[in-house]
Order: sequence, then structure tokens, then C-alpha cells
Amino acid sequence: MTTTVAQVAEGTDAPYALSHLDALESEAVHIFREVAGEFERPVILFSGGKDSIVMLHLALKAFAPASVPFSLLHVDTGHNFPEVLEYRDRVVAAHGLRLHVASVQDYIDRGVLKERPDGTRNPLQTLPLTEKIQAEKFDAVFGGGRRDEEKARAKERVFSLRDEFSQWDPRRQRPELWNLYNGRHAPGEHVRVFPLSNWTELDVWQYIAREGIELPEIYFAHEREVFSRSGMWLTAGEWGGPKDGERVEKRLVRYRTVGDMSCTGAVDSDAVTLEQVITEIAASRLTERGATRADDKMSEAAMEDRKREGYF
Amino acid sequence: MSTTTSEVLSETTLLRFATAGSVDDGKSTLVGRLLHDSKSVLTDQLEAVERVSASRGQDTPDLALLTDGLRAEREQGITIDVAYRYFATPKRRFILADTPGHVQYTRNMVTGASTAELTVILIDARNGVVEQTRRHAALAALLRVPHVVLAVNKMDLVDYAEPVFAAIAEEFTAYALELGVPEVTAIPISALAGDNVVEPSANMDWYGGPTVLEHLETVPVTHDLSHCHARLPVQYVIRPQTAEHPDYRGYAGQIAAGSFHVGEQITVLPSGRSTRIAGIDLLGEPVDVAWTTQSVTILLEDDIDISRGDLLVPSKDAPPTTQDIEATVCHVADAPLTVGHRVLLKHGTRTVKAIVKDIPSRLTLDDLSLHPHPGQLVANDIGRVKIRTAEPLPVDSYSDSRRTGSFILIDPNDGTTLTAGMVGESFASPEPVKDASEDDGWDF
Repeated sequence: MTTTVAQVAEGTDAPYALSHLDALESEAVHIFREVAGEFERPVILFSGGKDSIVMLHLALKAFAPASVPFSLLHVDTGHNFPEVLEYRDRVVAAHGLRLHVASVQDYIDRGVLKERPDGTRNPLQTLPLTEKIQAEKFDAVFGGGRRDEEKARAKERVFSLRDEFSQWDPRRQRPELWNLYNGRHAPGEHVRVFPLSNWTELDVWQYIAREGIELPEIYFAHEREVFSRSGMWLTAGEWGGPKDGERVEKRLVRYRTVGDMSCTGAVDSDAVTLEQVITEIAASRLTERGATRADDKMSEAAMEDRKREGYF
Repeated sequence: MSTTTSEVLSETTLLRFATAGSVDDGKSTLVGRLLHDSKSVLTDQLEAVERVSASRGQDTPDLALLTDGLRAEREQGITIDVAYRYFATPKRRFILADTPGHVQYTRNMVTGASTAELTVILIDARNGVVEQTRRHAALAALLRVPHVVLAVNKMDLVDYAEPVFAAIAEEFTAYALELGVPEVTAIPISALAGDNVVEPSANMDWYGGPTVLEHLETVPVTHDLSHCHARLPVQYVIRPQTAEHPDYRGYAGQIAAGSFHVGEQITVLPSGRSTRIAGIDLLGEPVDVAWTTQSVTILLEDDIDISRGDLLVPSKDAPPTTQDIEATVCHVADAPLTVGHRVLLKHGTRTVKAIVKDIPSRLTLDDLSLHPHPGQLVANDIGRVKIRTAEPLPVDSYSDSRRTGSFILIDPNDGTTLTAGMVGESFASPEPVKDASEDDGWDF
């Protein structure tokens, strides 16, 4: 950046082009500031995964030297990776932020939600999430969703209106023109906001490398006790795996996404540095979700259906 | 994606582009081939497409399934909404707004083109320039998309004959230039066979130009800022009020056009007060100069009253402020826009009350004819509109600035986005439409 600035200052043949990362960063910051300017009670969904970590980093830059004018919300499935919870709490404390937690375990203990036979808790997140949004009267909820993740998400707006039941209706979306985002909503409704809409998995990793952002250790190769289910390496643990007939073994693995332990798979990897991770992803012939998410494989419209109900 | 790590790590530029084409012009095939041949379709995505295609009894994978993401789209086999696709080559990153071709989805084409630097218009070589082509060219001109690619498709079905291509390219280019499209690049292709999409065609050695992908990789995305009016809509005022920064007061926003430098004299609109730029923070890093589309925070020498919605401009280059806006609009909502409609108008970071004072004309995109005083605009209509705003706005002509010359109208009752607006003259009204009922005493 410094060389380009110098060129402009000297009036030489300046390109005035932003690098793709600078363009994506600038757009995301614009989105954060629009929300700060137009909404009363915004919140950032924060899971401790790389996308939400990048979101928080962008928010910190957008309002520097002031603090981030949003609180954080974590939907705790009760099956989280301990390293990720530790990371979450450390980051929240370091930046003096306020963290809200919506607990799936709480809902199960109270008998409001029922454990599924397959043990996956991802679909169970929707109710605690939407009830927390209503209870706290959040009117803008930032999510780390990217349009490159899944084809229903490819149709998602940057500002996406949800009705009082937190439902998404893909056929009644507002057209999004230029960078004029429309945040109007009635009381009880809220807007899901996706600052990383135009980022790809590789962009996220390149940005993490460029900015030197710290991540939870599970994103890098480490030895872990895993077992194979539906072609994925799942972490053995108290959440309910392995079942009879599933054999635990120690493997060198890392995670491409962070979610509920019951449905987030690890990949075989020896990548221990950011550069090795980027090389691995660039060479991968599988998408992030295809490689590591069981829940998206349930049906062709699994993501669309869950999004309609209020899932991110 | 067979790049080395150092190439992946190097920072490339970003091109946003849109596609436009009729239903059977092969748009999905072209998009599928661009994604597939640039190795942006990964194994699990392709397997999913193969699985669904096979379950429907199709012999070959239907690449359109890669882009039709909604249940209703798959059921009906059509695209009903803009989808955004991402792919990359070692030279550039691409955001593709894949827009539907049906005429009833003009609003989606407008949506896709509003952020595009380039649009690819497809033609079936057997049919030549048809009504739909003229409509796409008119939309590209209206939205001021800087670069237009004419992809003459299905060349394999006309024996790869140069005269067929030359005649179509000449007819289209003449029409587009007349509309004010600044640049047309015509490329003969076969999306199905792969000619001139990613790889040069062995069947058309008479063509010496770039393939579609080569052109996408090399078209300039830089801007000549020396002719741009510098504009910064203030989004948010940053005031930490901490012990470390007791007096910090920064005006945050994304530069909409041109460039700003430290020491420059600027004026705040609509108040008209002037001061100098004391400093520019580029996301935490102080810089001497910043330009479009960087998100920055501006510090000023004098403590003057500035809030969200104000516009910072160079004092020597300030736009007029007005409460009477004339614009070309595309109506995007299902309910019609009528004279007397009370709306909200969002321009930059400011949203004001407004009223639709007159709809002087509606445009027929097919032949660019004007229908005077249509009374209302319905979904997908394009027309001229006169709007009175409750507060003065500093507006530029859309032909000067796509960002500060554009606005949206919003329904104050339910928040629906009603209309996309482009301020000032356009090809649609070579002569200003005279309004005989000009009413100076009109009371908002």
C-alpha cells in the first residue's frame, strides 16, 4: 500500500486500483459502518471460527481508535471444541466486549428441544438463536456467511430481512443496488448482515495471513483421536461418538471449519503454518462444506430449508 | 487453481462483472464453462450436479445446476434471481453477478449491473442482433457499465464463418456506441465446444483477439481520477472519548469517487461550511492521500457540525444541492410507483422523505421509444421521474458518478425497496422532457 500511496503523491502513473483484499476489506468496513449508523442494537454472531474472527477484526478496524459499538453472541451447542471456547473468552476479554450466550444444552435440559437420534446439534441451534435475538431485541445480526459456501447462500443479500419469526423468504428479497443497503425493518423484524458475502475461503485465509490474525489451534495440523463416520473424521468425545463399531484412531488432522463437534469433520493434513494451510486449500478439490460438514448433505435444499427457518 | 503458493499469496485485483443473455443463448453454458475451465468447480460440487442430473435422467451434467440455488429455480428449471459466483485465476479475482435473461427480470439485470465494471452480452450467432440484445445494450448504457463484451455464441453452428461474426459485431457495436456505451469488445465463441472462452479456438484462426477469460483478466479496473469529482458520504462519526484519545473526532466513510489529500480545503454539504483535511486514517494507518473505494476516516482542522448523511467534497468542486431531482429509474417492486407516492429516498448515507411529483415518460427498451405520462411505473418498467425531497441533497449526474448519482426509493410503510434511480439526463431523453405543469408554489 505504501508504494502506491507514494506513486499517487508524486503524481506519477498511478493505478488507483485496490488489491482484491483491500477491495473486500473496504467493502466489509463500509457494511459495518452502515449498520452502526442505521441500527439501534446490532450484534455480531461469534463462534470462534475463522469467519467470525475475521469479522471481529474488520469491526475493530472500522471503528478504531474507538471500540466496537456492538456486542457478541455465541450459540453454544454444548458440543464445542474446548480450544475454541478458550479462544472466545480470551478475545472477548482482550477487547472489553460483551458476550451473550444462547445455549442449546439449556434448551435440551429444560425439555424444550430434543436430542436428535443422529446426535447432531447443528439444526437445534435455530431456536435458541432466534429466541435470543427476540429477547435481546437485536435489530441487526452480523453473520460470517459467505456466498461461495453453498448455492442457497449464493442468493443471499448483504442486508437480509427476517420477519418476526426470523424466517428467510428467498423469493421476497429486496434487490440490492449499488452500495445502497436498505436496513428498514418493522419492530420485531431484524436484518441479518453478511459483511463477508463476497469473500471466498481463500480470501479469508489470505487476509488472516496478511493481517497476522491469531486463530484457535484446531485450524492447524495436530494429533487428535478421531473416528470415521460418513466419510469424515469426527473427534471422539463426550458428545456421543464413537458408537459401536466405530474405531478410534490417532491421526494428524486439522479443521477447515469450526462448528458443532457432532457434524464438523477434520481433514488429514500436515499444515502447521498459515502458508501451508493456504497451499493446501488452493490445491484442494473439495469445498470447505463438502469436505467437513455432514448437515449440508442431508438434502439438496438442506441449507435453504434451514435458512428459511432462521438458521444462518 | 494450479497456482503456486507465492502466486496465491500475491495480491491480485478484483473485477466485478455481470452476464446478460436470453434464455436459449447459452448463458448458463458460458458461465459453467468459465467456472469449470478455470477449475473453480470443485469435485463435491460437480458430483452433486452429476447426481441430480442423473436422477433426472440427463446424460450429461447440467452445469446450470451450479448456479440455480433455490428450490423453486430447480423445480422450474429457470433462474429467478441474481446469483453471485466467485472464481479466480493467477491474474485476477472475479465476482460474477449471474443475472436471469427473462424480460420480466429486468430489475435483476439492473441489480447485477449496478455494481459491475463489465457486462457480457450473449448473442446466438444464428439469430444475430434481436430485441433482447438491444434491451441488454440499453441497460448496459443506462447503468453506465464501463466495459461491454459482446459474446457471439454458437459459432460452431454457423461453420465458424467470419462474415457471420463480422456482420453481427458491426451491427451491435454501431447500436451500442449510439447509446453511449463507451467500449465494446466482440468475441466469437462456442460456449458448448469451448472455443475462445478460456482457450483460443483452433476453428477460428481468422480471429486475432483475446478469449473471453483473457479479456476479463486484462480489462483495466483502474480509474482516471483526475477527471473525477471527489466525494465522501459521511457514514459514522468516530469519537472514542477515552483517556488515550480525548479529542479524536473522525468522519468515517467509503470514498465514493475521486481522491482526497491531507491539507485539502473541503466543504461539508448541505451546510456549506468549509475547512481543511488535517489527517486521513486508512483503517488505522495514517496516509497522505486516499481514493475511491477506500474506507477511511477523515480528521478536520476545525470543529464543525458534521453528522451521518453529510457529504464531504473539495471546496473547488462542489455539486449543487437541490430538492428537485430528475432521474431515470427502474421500478423494482411489485406494487406500482405512482404520481403523488410518498417515499423515502436513500442517497449515499442520507435517507430523506420525498414525493413522486411527476412521471413524464416511460421507456420501451426494445425500440427506445418514449411513452409520455404513463401515470405509473410497474415492476421492471424504466422511466423518467421527477422527485421533490424534503431536504436539499447534493446530487451528481449519474453519468459523472455512479455512486453519488444513484439513489433508491423505499416504501416508508413496509421498507420495501421500490425503485433504482439514476440522476440526470440519459440516452432515454436526448431532449429534456418539458413539464408544462411546473408548480413553484408546490407545498410538501
